[in-house]
Parts: sequence; C-alpha cells; structure tokens
Amino acid sequence: MNDLNRQAIANYKNDFLREVEERVEDGDWVRMCMQCGVCAGSCPLGNAWEHTPQKLFMMIRAGKREEVLSSDSMWMCTSCYNCIVRCPRKLPITHIMHGLAHYAHKLNMAPKGQPTRDIAKLFWDNLVKTGRVNELKFSLAMYFKDGFMQGIRNALAMQAVGMGLVKAKRLNPMEILGGHKCKDQGGIHRMIAKARAIEAHKKG
Amino acid sequence: MSEMKTAAYICSGCELGDKLDVAQLSKIAQKEGKMALVREHEFLCSEAAVQIIRDDIANEAVTHICIAACSRRAKTEAFHFPEVAMSRANLREGVIWIVAEGSEHDEVRQDMADDYVRMACAELKKMKLPQGNPNHAGNKRILVVGGGMSGLTAALEAAEAGYEVVLIEKENQLGGWASKLWKRVPFKQPYAEPQDTGAAALAAKVTAHPRITVHLNSTLAETSGAPGRFGVQIAQESGASVTEEVGAIVQATGFSAYDLNKLPELGGGKPNVTDQAGLEALARAANGATIKRADGKEISSVVFIQCAGQRDDSGTHLPYCSGHCCATSVKQAMYFKDANPDVDTVVMYTDLRMPGMGEDFYRSAQDKGVIFTKGKAAAVETSGDGCTVKFRDLILDEDTAVNADLVVLATGQVPNAGVDLEAWNPIVTAAEGGSEEAKVQRVELHKTSVLKLNYRQGPDMPQLKQGFSDSHFICFPYETRRTGIYAAGPVRRPMDMLQATEDATGAALKAIQAVENASLGRAAHPRSGDLSFPSARLEGCTQCKRCTVECPFGAIDEDEKRYPVFNESRCRRCGTCMGACPVRVISFENYSVDTVGMQIKAVDMPDEFSEKPRILLLACENDAYPALDMAGLQHHVYSAFVRAIPVRCLGSVNTIWITDALNSGYDGVMLMGCKHGDNYQCHFVKGSELANYRMSKIDDTFKQLGLEPERVITHEVAITDHARVAQLINDYAAKINEIGMSPMKAFA
Amino acid sequence: MSKRQYAFYPGCSSQKGASASNFVTSIQMMCEKLGVQLNEIPDWNCCGASIGYGEGGELPRLVLNARNLALAEQHLPGQDMVSGCPACWLSTRETAERLNKFDDLMAEANEALKEAGLNLKGSVKARHIVEVLIEDVGFAEMRQAVVKPLQDLKIAGYVGCQTNRPFGITGESFENPLYLDKMIETVGAEAVSSYDQKVTCCGGALAFSEPDKSQKQIRDIVESAYDHGAEMIVTPCQLCQANVEVYQSEINKKQGTQFNMPVVYYSQLMTVAYGGGVKQAGLDGHIIQPKKLQDIAGK
Repeated sequence: MNDLNRQAIANYKNDFLREVEERVEDGDWVRMCMQCGVCAGSCPLGNAWEHTPQKLFMMIRAGKREEVLSSDSMWMCTSCYNCIVRCPRKLPITHIMHGLAHYAHKLNMAPKGQPTRDIAKLFWDNLVKTGRVNELKFSLAMYFKDGFMQGIRNALAMQAVGMGLVKAKRLNPMEILGGHKCKDQGGIHRMIAKARAIEAHKKG
Repeated sequence: MSEMKTAAYICSGCELGDKLDVAQLSKIAQKEGKMALVREHEFLCSEAAVQIIRDDIANEAVTHICIAACSRRAKTEAFHFPEVAMSRANLREGVIWIVAEGSEHDEVRQDMADDYVRMACAELKKMKLPQGNPNHAGNKRILVVGGGMSGLTAALEAAEAGYEVVLIEKENQLGGWASKLWKRVPFKQPYAEPQDTGAAALAAKVTAHPRITVHLNSTLAETSGAPGRFGVQIAQESGASVTEEVGAIVQATGFSAYDLNKLPELGGGKPNVTDQAGLEALARAANGATIKRADGKEISSVVFIQCAGQRDDSGTHLPYCSGHCCATSVKQAMYFKDANPDVDTVVMYTDLRMPGMGEDFYRSAQDKGVIFTKGKAAAVETSGDGCTVKFRDLILDEDTAVNADLVVLATGQVPNAGVDLEAWNPIVTAAEGGSEEAKVQRVELHKTSVLKLNYRQGPDMPQLKQGFSDSHFICFPYETRRTGIYAAGPVRRPMDMLQATEDATGAALKAIQAVENASLGRAAHPRSGDLSFPSARLEGCTQCKRCTVECPFGAIDEDEKRYPVFNESRCRRCGTCMGACPVRVISFENYSVDTVGMQIKAVDMPDEFSEKPRILLLACENDAYPALDMAGLQHHVYSAFVRAIPVRCLGSVNTIWITDALNSGYDGVMLMGCKHGDNYQCHFVKGSELANYRMSKIDDTFKQLGLEPERVITHEVAITDHARVAQLINDYAAKINEIGMSPMKAFA
Repeated sequence: MSKRQYAFYPGCSSQKGASASNFVTSIQMMCEKLGVQLNEIPDWNCCGASIGYGEGGELPRLVLNARNLALAEQHLPGQDMVSGCPACWLSTRETAERLNKFDDLMAEANEALKEAGLNLKGSVKARHIVEVLIEDVGFAEMRQAVVKPLQDLKIAGYVGCQTNRPFGITGESFENPLYLDKMIETVGAEAVSSYDQKVTCCGGALAFSEPDKSQKQIRDIVESAYDHGAEMIVTPCQLCQANVEVYQSEINKKQGTQFNMPVVYYSQLMTVAYGGGVKQAGLDGHIIQPKKLQDIAGK
C-alpha cells in the first residue's frame, strides 16, 4: 500500500463516495447517476467490463473501495465517448472512467500488469520526454514491456504489420536515433512538473 | 304539436350531382318517401339554401325535414334547425366517396343512394321533435364532499365561476392530508426544493368565500334525486341534521394510507419504523431543525423503502403504484439533508417514478447527496437502537444490508370510495331473499358508504378498478357512472397533490356543465345537450327488470309494483334500456325501435337472383360511424351492398332489428361498436358489452330460422379504424358471397 | 482570392514518417484548391491522446493542450486552431472549454504554463478540419473544385468515434452523422447508405493493449463494408485508418478471413477528385492498396 492510499483511507474512513467526489476527475458527478444502464449497453467493449460504469457508480455509492479501485474494468475504456453522448443525465462517464483509472493507478491499486495501464504509462513517458510521441520507440517499448524474450516474440508476431508500415513510409526505423521532438523540452518538463505538483496539492 | 309536414332537401353539390341521378332521388323522396315538399339545390349548406329551408319552416309549416347530402356529422352548424325533427341521408361520405369510381358502378351507386333517401324518409316519419326532459330541475348549487386539496380546489373553482357551493368535511378542520404535511413536492419552478403546501391559505379562502357554505364535522346521511335536484341530508357530529338541495356533486374524499400493520416483514408496527405520514409528523415537530425520532433521538441515518405494500403481484398487498410516493420520499429525504447534510439518507427503490417535473426534483436530491439505491427490501429488523434493512441490491446483484436510525415505508393510497357495489349487490339480494345474516351485513356495509345514495343500484358509485371511483381513466376522466356526480382526486385514481388540484378543477367544470344541462332538461356527457329522453309505455311492460338492471348509470329505479321509474336527469340517453326491452315499450322521441326498424324495412330488397346482396350495418355513432365517415374521406372503397344505420350505442340495438332484417331478406347484419371488456372504450361503459352478450344469445333464433350463424357478426371498432372498417365490410361482403344469398329472401 | 487562415496543429501521427504521414500529404492539395491556408503552430507538442490519462491525470493533460493553445494565441493571433486528428482536436477543444468554464482551472493551467514562459487568455477556438470544410468552405465550393468525379466508386463512410463524439459536427446526430456520406457524394462517388458500423469504435488505443477485443471491432467494421458492397472505406480519423487497415492481415491470419479492404482518408478522395496524383494524395502510403483510387489518380 503506498502512502497516498494510506492517507486517503485515513482521510475518508468509509466514505468512498466523498473520496471519489473530491479526488477523482469529474467524480462529483457519480451521485447524479440514475442507474438506467444506457452506458453499459453502449460500450463497445461492454462485455469485457467486469463492472459496467453503471455498476461502478453503484459500487462507489455502496462504499466498495477495494473492489472498484482494483478492478480492471475502467481500463477497458476505448475513449469512444458513446456513453457520454447517450447518458440521459449528461454524466461525463468517459472522463469519470479515466479519472478512476488514473486514481487507482496513482494509489497503485490498479491491477499489476494490466496491459492498458502499462501502455498508458509508456505512452505518457514517451510523449513527455520530447514533447511528442515517437511511434517507433513507443511500439518497441510496448513489445518489450513484458521482458526481453516476450518482446522478441511480440515483435516477431507483429513483424508483418511493422514492415508494412515501414514500406508505406508510415513507420520510420530511423526514429530510434531520436526523431521528432519539441524545441522547448525543458519548458515542457518544468510545466508538467508544476502541473503535477498543483494537482498533488489539491487532490492529495 | 301541430300537424306533421315533411320536406326533403336534396343536395347536388360536392359532385353528388355528377355521380348520382338527383332527379331520381327527388322522385323517390316524393313517391316512396311521401315527402310533402321536395327541393333540390346545388349547394345545400350555403347560406341561400339554408335560408330556403328556414323559410319553408316559417312559411310552409314544415315540421320534419330530411337532408339528403353529406353525413349527419358534417355541416352541423349549417343544418341546425332545432325547431324541427330532422333526418340525414348520407350520400357523400356514405355513397359517392366509398363506391368504386367508374360507370360500371353507376347502378349500385345509385341503388345505394336511393335506399339512403328511402331510409331517411322512413326514419323521419317516425321521429318527434324532442321536447326536453319534463322532470328537470334547476338547482345549480354544487356539493363538494371532502375538504382536502381536491375538495377545496373544486369548491373554490366552482364558486369563482359563480356557483354556490356546499362543502362538507368529516374532520373539524379543512385541509385534509395537505394540512398534515411539513412541505409539499414542488409544483413551481425551479422544482428543486420542497415548497409550502398552501393548504392553510386555500382553506382560509374557501372559508371566507361568500358563495361557499362549509360544514365541518359532517358526513352525508342520505343522498337522493338526480342532477338539478339532489336532496342531501348532512349528519353533523353533534347529532344535528341539515338538509341541502344541490344540482351536482363532486366527490373528493381522497385516500387513506395503507395500513402499516399489514407489513410486519418490513417492520410495520415496530418502533423506529414509520410511514410517510408518520415522517411528516416528525418533520412538523422538528420545524426545520434536525428531525428527531419519537423517542427523542436525533436521526443521523434514514432509509426510505419505496413500494412498501404496493405494486405487489402476490395478491397480498396493493397491486398498483400510487404515483406520488417516490417524489414524496425524495422530498422527505431533503427534509433531512436541508437540516443537516451529514445525515445519511437512502432511498431504496426498484423503479423510481418521478412524473411531470419530478426529474428535476430527483436531480436536486442527488445533488444534495441523497443516495438512491436500486434494491428490493427483504426485511426490516429492529434491534435496540435502530433498524437493519436487509435487501437485494438489484444492480450489484447481491444480498446486503444497511443500518438506519429510522426506516420510512412508502405505503400506498387506498381510495375512500365507500361501498363496493360488487360486494353490496349480492348482500342486498340475499337480504331481500330473507337472510338475516345478510340484513345485518347490509346495515354494517351501509355505514361505510360515503354518498349514501338511495339509488336501487347501491349507495355509492361503481368502482372501476382496485376500489377507485372512475368510469374510464383515459377517455372520460372525472366522469363516473352516476350522472351529475363526479369523482376528483385520489378517490378517482392514485395521484399526487398537483394532479389532484388539476383533477378537482376538471371535476368542478363537469359539475357546472351538469347543472346547466340539467336545468335545460338536456343530457350530460357524452350526449351533452341532447333533449331527447326515454319514455315507456308501461301498459305493455312485463316488469322483467332488464332495463333497471342493465342501465349502466343507475338511472332507472323501480316502483313498488316493479315498474321502471325513469330518472331522466340521470339518464345519458344511450338507449341501452331500449335495446334491452323484450317487449319494446321504451323509446326516445327521435330514436326508437321504429325509427331504426322503419329504415331497415325501407330498403328496396332485390330478389335472390339479382346478385345484389344487402348487408345491414348498425354502427355505433361514437366511434364506428365516424370511422366510416373517415373511410369516405380517405376514399377507401367498400361494398355498395351495405346499408349503414348509426345507433347511439350498440347497447341500444334491440334484437328485433336483427330478426326483422333477416326476415325481410337481408343477407347479413354487421354490428360495429366500441371495445368492451376490461379495457373498454364504450362511451356508455357497458353498452357494447351488453350488445355482445345479447348477440351471443341470438344463435338459437338462427337455428329456428335455418340460418347460418355468420349472417350476423359483431366487430369492435375504434375511431381510428377508417381503413379497417372498409376492409371489414369488404371481407364480410366476400363472406356473404361465399355462403350465398339469404334463403329468407323468398319469404320477404 | 485571399485565403482563409488557420493555426494548424498537425499532431504526432502526422509527422514525417509517422503512421498518418500520408494524411498530411493529402490535405495539402485539398487545402490549396479550397483556399485554405494552414499555418503550423511553432513547437507544438503532443495532446496526450486518449490514453494519456492513465499516468498523466487531469491537470498535466490539460496543461499539455493549454501550451498548444497558448502558442497559437501568441504566434498566430486571431486564427482558429485547426487539427486533422480527432484525438488532437478533442483534447484541445475539451481543454479550451474546461479552462474557459472554470476560472480556477485556468489559473492553475497558467501557473504551470508560466514555467514554459507562456500564458493563455483563452481566446482560441479549437476546430477540426472537417468543420472548416463544411462550415467555412461549404459543400458547394467543395463540389466546384472537382475536376475528376470519382464515378463508379462505392464507399463506406466510416466516421468512427472521436470526430463524432463527444462534440461532433454541429447539426449532425451522434448515431447517424451524414456529413461524410455527403462529402463522398460531393466528389462524385457513391456512399453506402445503410453502413451500420458507421460510428462503431475500432478499439482505439486498445488495439495495442487488448488486440483480440479491438480486432473483433475491426472485423465488424470491415465485414459490414463488404456486406454493403463497398469497395473501400473512407474515414476522417488517423487512428481508425491505421487500426482498420493495418490489422486486417492479423484478422485474416487468426480468423481465416480474406479481408483486403482499402481504408483511405476523405482528403485523399478529394485530392484525387481535384486532379491530384497518387503521390499528392498520399496513396503510396497504404498497406492495402486502394487500387481503384490509385488508378483514377494515375489517369
């Protein structure tokens, strides 16, 4: 259990709804759910969710902190925004799912090795480094995230795809040497660090 | 009334002249119809033509007119001659618009038009000009029974419209349930906060109103009479009795809360478990501060259980939804949150129903932090200091529990409708048969009556469903089956306060309409304004009681010799009594066994070798006949072998018309009436059902005549069925073609 | 004719040698013909895309986009900021709307932006190129520029998610937007009218992390195009284009299908219809060759 988690538990005791309202992006919308289930029925990966958004909202209200934050459900979000536009109560469901996933990740309660969680971290680290995404490095990092041997297997399995993109000039092997980047990388790094500091101060 | 002088007016406008031989129609009116005066006009509904008719009435002493033009439902303002009897031959919607185009159809089209002219002339000669109910009375005061929100609103609305009102209330103050509430569900923008009930202000207005007389601590001891002349005896708690005469009655007796003690599994009757009324009392005691339990403890957690003893399909509790309780619980949860946001409030529901602007109110409660749990309560256990609600979480699909200082059960509305006539009638029959036990039961049951009507049909209004006094929830709100008596508010159907006040306004207007019609001797809904009334040749009556039993409105009593006594003011003019009478002694001036019978006989009957069958169509004027008119308007083609006669209700169809028709050579008879049964649409409640029953008995007659049972068929038709009526007719024409011409033709 | 000026935010996938580089190629001639000038925002950075939330959280993500908005505001004043990538557009527009709505967020964002020497007033409007085409240029002008109508070409218009939701194109429905079909018809081709996978999600970024789940989505999208007799799929989205094109071979391998459905951008159709060649339309950048379109472009 990390410090952030320990502190949150001490702070909110059994009131998980309040914790979500105060600490999760758009979490103050959770109470406005009217349990119609349209979100659950609208999700393209709906069947893959152990707990649908509708159910997650109910679990939050019922105080099921451990079950919600350790769930891999919200990591199934493809950001298609179907739930947002269909929600009759106009809950920003996609954002809440993102917020819950981020919060669980931050407390280190999100499932270990959850592929979307891992990729999300790789992606962010990749983009923050130079200010822009390096698709090749991102892809390689992705393949090798589960270790060197698995990485070779992954890369080989996707070799046809990769080579196709290279041939179509849409994946540049030379990117490994550096590739696109922003000029003011220092400024970007400082800016992100500041934003993180503000957020940490505000949301624990 | 002076000597009958008949006149026929035949229109050639609207292409009638192009499609029909109008001269031939005139000749038929003159020679066969024996009309004293016959005129043709190319635009009969024009001002000039109408003036000609008026002049004939004034100068030629015409007393009976036949208009051969469009449907009787069209151009009613132009063809409005209240001083004469009038029949209409429907040549436009009924003939030229529905017979197939083309000269090959000229003959059957003309045949059809000829017959309709013959029929209209035949009908006319049997008609009398309705004189209005001679027994009418003009008392225009309105009695309101019940001084809650519905009753107060009805009283005030009627009084403000200029009518005197007598209001009786059984308790010692006005306001009913509303006066026991801390706040009410919002009925004004922004629908976010509980609002003041306004009951006290409304009661004060009513009390101070110069046209309203209020009787507190009072109940009805007896109600007699009819619209325009109800006599009511009011019993006061003191034992005194007051007599009032009124013209119409609004019953706004409201509801009682479902008995909490019937819900022991949900803790009903145990400490710290209350119903919504109980919570209102606690909230009133708190007066805006933190709400305390009866034992004085400040409540820090509360669970509201919705649908407690409601929407129950096991047959134990109320099967219906009372409509207001979700919003009421939301409001009550707000009482807690508004006083102290830290109080845990859970509304446990299976389906939250927040009609009207309730959705905004629901959102507001969510915003205040009220927790809504979709769950089904299984049990409430009370132990020591609080309660544990065990429930099935319907979203998480698990059995779980929640603790609370107080549990509020949202129980339902039970109507204060008085005696259930379904229970009353067998007891009366048994009592009249001499059963001592039944006599005691009758006395006991009668004590529970609200209206104490002295009608032979029982002391209260018939109940539609689940004990609510209504005649039709959708088509005819406020209308009951007792003319001049209107139900308003939760006694009519479950509803909230806002709906009840709207309901009361509607009922007040209905009551006003009833006293106005009654004072002119006219009928009430749905033949509002009709001046005809039933009369009986009692010398022919066999005292069979069918008319008194079958009248859907309890308009017919019996005298001591068991002859029918008509209360014309209570009568709706449907003619169900006329249809019921086996000896055909009941008639209306302008609608009788003869006015229809003569039309049936007036049709020119082609012989059995003509290949021209004839189908009689008796169509209810409320839905089926308009549907036929619309079929014409839409130019749906149907068989030209049909001869349609509108009837007031299928209930008025006397079986003699069927047998007469078959005897005179018709090949088939179609009856079209409104839907009957549980979800009936009959404008006279029971008419179409009775007709259906009577037709089912006609089979024996057919066997005697050696006829196929398919020679008579009955259909339920709605006003929207314009395409379907044409199809039904065509299908039936094909069927007749299949079974062949009637063997009775040879004898006709 | 003076050109319409826009601050252009290309996004990472549109860089040279990146997965949607041919998209950027294809819009050049289209913009030229329609009098649209795109001025690249200097030193723009990544928007965070739809998966940045996991590690990034709220404010860092907003700040990334605020930086681009601030750069546009500073260097290209008065110009609407335009992106061709739905993810870039969505992130930027969401940021602009949230910061403009909540003063505290704007203050926090500016506190962070200060570290990069920037400040955001919030005057920039974030738009999608498709909005520019429909709202500023209009269908009539788009049609006028056609010199080579794409006759006898039946195309499934695949709108996907983020061009359509949560913002979408004004006046269009989320469930059945019609503008892409109209654009297809504008250049003389036939749009499949009842393409039922029009707004289905391709799996987005989960194509990487949950390949089986997203390939099921892609299979539906391609299969329905075949079922409706389409010869190619056209889309406004970079990630949709890549996912739906690239993974067909994987699906064939795993599920024994024989998919070979070309997936192109609307801008490629327009460039060809406006007289552009294979290279100008970026038609040399495909794994599944859009033969028919290449043939027309080559004529």
